[in-house]
Amino acid sequence: MRVSCRRVLMGCAAVLSACCLAATAQAWEPSKPVQFYVPAGTGGGADQMARTIQAIVAKHNLMKQPIVVQNKGGGAGAEAFLEVKEKKGDAHLLLITLSSLFTTPLATGVPFRWSDITPVKMLALDEFVLWVNTESPWKSVAELVAAGKTQKLRMGGTGSRQEDHIITVAIGKATGAQFTYVPYKGGGEVAVQLVGGHIDTSVNNPIEAVSHWKAGKVRPLCVFDSKPMPYPEKITDTMSWADIPTCKSQGLDVEYLMLRGIFMPAGVTQEQVRYYIDLLDKVRATPEWKELMAQGAFNQTALEGAEFRAWLEREEERHRQLMAEAGFLAK
Amino acid sequence: MSELLALFHGFSIALEPTNLALMVAGIVLGVLIGVLPGLGGANGVAILLPLTFTLEPVSAIILLSCIYWGALFGGAITSILFNIPGEPWSVATTFDGYPMAQNGRAAEALTAAFTSSFIGAFVAILVITFVSPLVAGFALRFGPAEFFAVMFLAFASFIGLSSGSPFKTMASMMVGFLLAGVGLDTVTGELRGTFGSTELMRGFNFLVVVIGLFGISEILQSVEEGLTFRGREGRIDLKAVLRTWAEMIRHKAIIVRSALIGCWMGITPAGATPASFMSYGVARRLSRHGHEFGKGRIEGVIAPETAAHAAGTSALLPMLTLGIPGSPTAAVLLGGLIMWGLQPGPMLFVEQKDFVWGLIASMYLGNVVGLLIVLVAVPWFAAILRVPFPIIAAIIFVVCAIGAYTVNNAAFDIVLMLIFGVLGYVMKKLDYPLAPLVLALVLGDRTEQSFRQALLLSEGSFTIFFSNALVASIMLFGFVMLFWPVLSKLWARKEPSPA
Repeated sequence: MRVSCRRVLMGCAAVLSACCLAATAQAWEPSKPVQFYVPAGTGGGADQMARTIQAIVAKHNLMKQPIVVQNKGGGAGAEAFLEVKEKKGDAHLLLITLSSLFTTPLATGVPFRWSDITPVKMLALDEFVLWVNTESPWKSVAELVAAGKTQKLRMGGTGSRQEDHIITVAIGKATGAQFTYVPYKGGGEVAVQLVGGHIDTSVNNPIEAVSHWKAGKVRPLCVFDSKPMPYPEKITDTMSWADIPTCKSQGLDVEYLMLRGIFMPAGVTQEQVRYYIDLLDKVRATPEWKELMAQGAFNQTALEGAEFRAWLEREEERHRQLMAEAGFLAK
Repeated sequence: MSELLALFHGFSIALEPTNLALMVAGIVLGVLIGVLPGLGGANGVAILLPLTFTLEPVSAIILLSCIYWGALFGGAITSILFNIPGEPWSVATTFDGYPMAQNGRAAEALTAAFTSSFIGAFVAILVITFVSPLVAGFALRFGPAEFFAVMFLAFASFIGLSSGSPFKTMASMMVGFLLAGVGLDTVTGELRGTFGSTELMRGFNFLVVVIGLFGISEILQSVEEGLTFRGREGRIDLKAVLRTWAEMIRHKAIIVRSALIGCWMGITPAGATPASFMSYGVARRLSRHGHEFGKGRIEGVIAPETAAHAAGTSALLPMLTLGIPGSPTAAVLLGGLIMWGLQPGPMLFVEQKDFVWGLIASMYLGNVVGLLIVLVAVPWFAAILRVPFPIIAAIIFVVCAIGAYTVNNAAFDIVLMLIFGVLGYVMKKLDYPLAPLVLALVLGDRTEQSFRQALLLSEGSFTIFFSNALVASIMLFGFVMLFWPVLSKLWARKEPSPA
């Protein structure tokens, strides 16, 4: 008790805010605003999730200090990763990640690995769905693959040497279909290009394509997950997310999910990590969060601690393999 | 007529007292955000986004879109008064707006800018209200080749505008392209030109460069010229507003043309910045007084402001109907829609009638309220120029530094801003035009990307740029603009005029 009291006093002296800390002297909690880095620009999926978390925390009063979201999208997120890596021991800094956690260091060679920072919690996994234009003749994966053997299919995706590109190469490897991959800046743009007929197919996330699906402009062929998505509410007149078959069941043996997880700098204490895990659990219990999950048809797997680390280890190795096969590794 | 009924219903939503109050608050905040270089509409909206979580979606979008309108208005203020564009699309406004202020016509320039912004926006809202089903699908026809053609047109209508040496223009533009290439290359996923530096990974942010090139270099130049701001004597009262309106009526052709260019660029969606440059270029090309542009012609303020605002407003159409953002701010608003539980895209107009029409009604009201607020404030804005230069210079310097820092929250950008300030000063002294550099920097990335995407799709064949009527006609129009000096000489034989 004496130690923690002294720590409290020191903390008070440092931040000149005795009032808020004195009440809960035992557990650690933030003593100043928490920076929340987004390794991408404003408006994308990661940014949106970070700002939703910020809003939920503020609305439900889950934390006494505010969260401040900052976009550090330079170099496909390398800017954010390197900055978090440098700020060892800073417990007032969170980072939301996507697949660029693996792909950016591998593709660009910037000196960073996920193990340079502290994994806090996996919040969800983002699904990928194989889409074609409704007016295209392809009604199933088999038909699309067959077409890909006689002609080069134009596949649009977000960025280069990133998740969409990796999936494209993996599909080609698994089936022998030929693709011309065209990188765009964002997933929304890709979906519109598909509707406009400028590309033949895409692997958009559900949230990027759902509105066009509802409007009957695009057709989902399969989802790159091991199980169908658990959302049985009808989206179109005849189909729900749950009705989309897995790619594996359609003879396309490729699985890919994108991490939406939270990290902290290295050198933080167990107590501090615990605090944020509890906070994120409270966020995940709110109706707003559940609505976001249903809207984007997210895979709601949430891991922490050793399980999360094992997952990261495995995924990093898988990305290394996929990217090495595709020739995407930095030389 | 169903649109009119829906619109009136929308007005009943937008006129609720809370929504009206949010509208005014949003406009005022937006103007402030637009005035501060660096903060910008996108950042401003992103910061406020989480605060709107507790509001009704329609109230939230009214607040945020009014910040957007306010920022569009506010961006012109610093461009005209201090030659510092607060937003990318107000760069073209500096070309004639700042000289006007220096000639003692700051109030006229501001009035012209605000009024033409308003008209541009209003035309765009009419387009959104009545022809949205027709034009919403237009953006679908735009693939990479079409985007490149539009960018080509923007460059072509602007190139050769500077009166100086063509070689200096080319050199300046090439520096712009070079700077635009730094950072992550979307097409290959590789880092370019960063020399291993983490700071350069972000690439050169347009605003940081512009704050330095325009703002800081202007201060350096004023210091050299003996710490004076020219044009302090200008008469500043509300009569200036009426005088300017009378003058603007004579330029109605330019206004209509610029509004159309803006709507088209917003819907495609190529964005407000290329729209403003293109519109300025075209106005100058087609004007009898083309050679006087850049010295303080009011048309040089009207054209870019009308187009920028028309584009900025109509950019909301592809955002709502297709889920593609036409501007960085629209991208943040798009994230907001999803946060509030709405799904942007073709079904929004069907499923969320109250939301969509409430928003459209708030656009009408927001722009009227915005115009009134900024016009009333014109004398005060213009009066800033009466503050002694040593004081105002110090304030501008600090605001510039804060602005440069805010863009990416990076102290390194302040250093960059200073370097570009010196570069801008040297370029002015050696008579190199700054505009081509800025144009290449702001559009270079997008242009290069569309060009390479198009060639990927065509597997290297250039015929893709002439593969359908749409892209071919834009390209052709681009070539006409490019070779205009030659063509206009052919015309000049019939009708002698100083081209």
